[in-house]
Amino acid sequence: MENQEIIRLDGMKKYFSITKGIIKTQTTYAKAVDDISLSINKGEIVGLVGESGSGKTTLARVLLNLTKKTGGTMSINGKDPSKLKGKELKHLRSEVAVVFQDPAANLNPRDTVESSIMRPMIIHGVPKAEARKRAGEVLDMVKMDRRYLNSYPHQLSGGQLQRIAIARALALNPKIMILDEPTSALDISVQAQILNLLLDLQEKMGLTYLVITHDLNVIKYISDKIAVMYLGRLVEFGPTEEIADHAMHPYTRGLLDAAPVLDPRLRERKKELLKGDPGSLIKIGEGCRFCDRCKYATEECKTTMPENRMVTKEHMVACFHPLDM
Amino acid sequence: MSEELLRLNHLSIDYKVKDGYLSAVNDINCVINKGEVFAIVGESGCGKSTVAHSIMNLLPGNNATITGDIIFKGKNLRKCTEKEMEGIRGKEIGMIFQNPLDSLNPVYTVGDQTAEAILLDKVDKTEAWNRVIKLFKDVKMPDAEERTKSFPHELSGGMRQRVMIAMMLSRNPELLIADEPTTALDVTIEAQILEILKQLRAEFNTAIMLITHNFGLVAEIADKIGIMYAGEMVESGDVFEIFENPVHPYTNLLMKALPSGTKKDGRLQIIEGSVPRITEKKPGCRFANRCPYAKEICFSETPQPVNISESHFCRCHKYGKEDF
Repeated sequence: MENQEIIRLDGMKKYFSITKGIIKTQTTYAKAVDDISLSINKGEIVGLVGESGSGKTTLARVLLNLTKKTGGTMSINGKDPSKLKGKELKHLRSEVAVVFQDPAANLNPRDTVESSIMRPMIIHGVPKAEARKRAGEVLDMVKMDRRYLNSYPHQLSGGQLQRIAIARALALNPKIMILDEPTSALDISVQAQILNLLLDLQEKMGLTYLVITHDLNVIKYISDKIAVMYLGRLVEFGPTEEIADHAMHPYTRGLLDAAPVLDPRLRERKKELLKGDPGSLIKIGEGCRFCDRCKYATEECKTTMPENRMVTKEHMVACFHPLDM
Repeated sequence: MSEELLRLNHLSIDYKVKDGYLSAVNDINCVINKGEVFAIVGESGCGKSTVAHSIMNLLPGNNATITGDIIFKGKNLRKCTEKEMEGIRGKEIGMIFQNPLDSLNPVYTVGDQTAEAILLDKVDKTEAWNRVIKLFKDVKMPDAEERTKSFPHELSGGMRQRVMIAMMLSRNPELLIADEPTTALDVTIEAQILEILKQLRAEFNTAIMLITHNFGLVAEIADKIGIMYAGEMVESGDVFEIFENPVHPYTNLLMKALPSGTKKDGRLQIIEGSVPRITEKKPGCRFANRCPYAKEICFSETPQPVNISESHFCRCHKYGKEDF
């Protein structure tokens, strides 16, 4: 498991084109994912944070090959999904599983739990009898009673539905799981159950997770590394403790300061609140995308895009004036 | 001594459902003083929003049975006529909701909608408009004057919630009921809205009833907290005291279920099972079947509120018994 790279992105880009005018001559781009380079090792849990509209989900969709990238290279388990076709692509898809935010919206209301879990296996050519057996097994893995196999989604609670979504993702023995806001629709006590389950599964099966969430306490708890996105750019990436205690990008610092702390005695602590909101992906200048909200911004920030700078071996920050340098 | 503003007295609310009735709120007592922030916390389905709506008399009359008293400034709101309630809603008690887009009219500009509330007080139009602009500046709306001419869909989530707060402020109520005011917003915007609410309280001495599932929010702003479980308030008191010493097993376990460290600190505490649907009132503690400490008495006798200190009570058989 020693630092074996499983996901690698180099200069990944995803632009959405917007045409204007009656004859659609003017084209602008929404740069939802812009020049992102990232490397994830096998068995790591990487948390991806950022405000809404920062491109987190678009990045996940590109990784899942649900949308075509505009530029850059990507390699998942040594292969580039955008270059694969047919059987090979199908095989790669079985290695990358996904769990979405709202489990109720992702399970077919007319299908029983059993047939929902069997569906991906049938598509990938697993014989029916075997798929049925496996459905029971994965339900055991997510610590749910097998009697739920014949239930329909509306008979189950949110926490149970999320367990089933996880069971379905596990059905094909994936190596990578992409979890898009896995607990944000759940109550506190259920969230704890799901987080514990995810950690147990990861340890037992050596899975690699990419967890997308806006809940910073969850990210700090679950991940080994944190990646921070702002308007399509990766602004900071590094080990969780380093990011949590020594955030270097002013945006990361602002984000961490904004998160409420679970201790009323700390409510008077000093915090730097970010002003305004991220704004639009369409009207962006040449320089650093955060410069309008950044109090350290200089002329340089407004005109040039900061390069990714490695502060330590594993800690990357894209800023001209990183904090605590 | 602080002055009492709102008192809920043995408030119970039942909803009629297909298979009988649903006990959404059961025997709730609480007091909110002037200028105080009282947070009602609980998981979904515990009845927090039902309490808020009952205060404003917004529950469907043919479907909900309310018993008990809601005393606001010495007046029992339960006995008020619809006409009297109209005078209280907005003017004396303001309310903001989770999703501001649901509360705004899409075909009027936000400035017009805010002015509408002000014009109820029979002021002339230019003055009303000037007050709208001032209100927008009070809630730190960027480009306040320009934004008054915007339609709701042109604003971001944070700006829409600011409009809602400005609207509520326009009548300057003494009590604000905020039902999950920041749940739909990003953390950075949440922090900004929280600052505005804090300022409101400092400037106008507005009392706030904050309804939320987010303990972080409570820790940041509340003076008092009431924890609800399956329609009952199981523990209530001073926020510092409860965060330091949560007495009720539910509060205690819930706080341990929140991720606050890293995974190296070990797994999170979990509460097995989920919140039950209470369709019949029988004696016993509603948390008993999930409680790790439950004994026979918990299933047969309803725990009564016990005072732990002057500002802190809890409903649990375990409390105060050495041998439990």
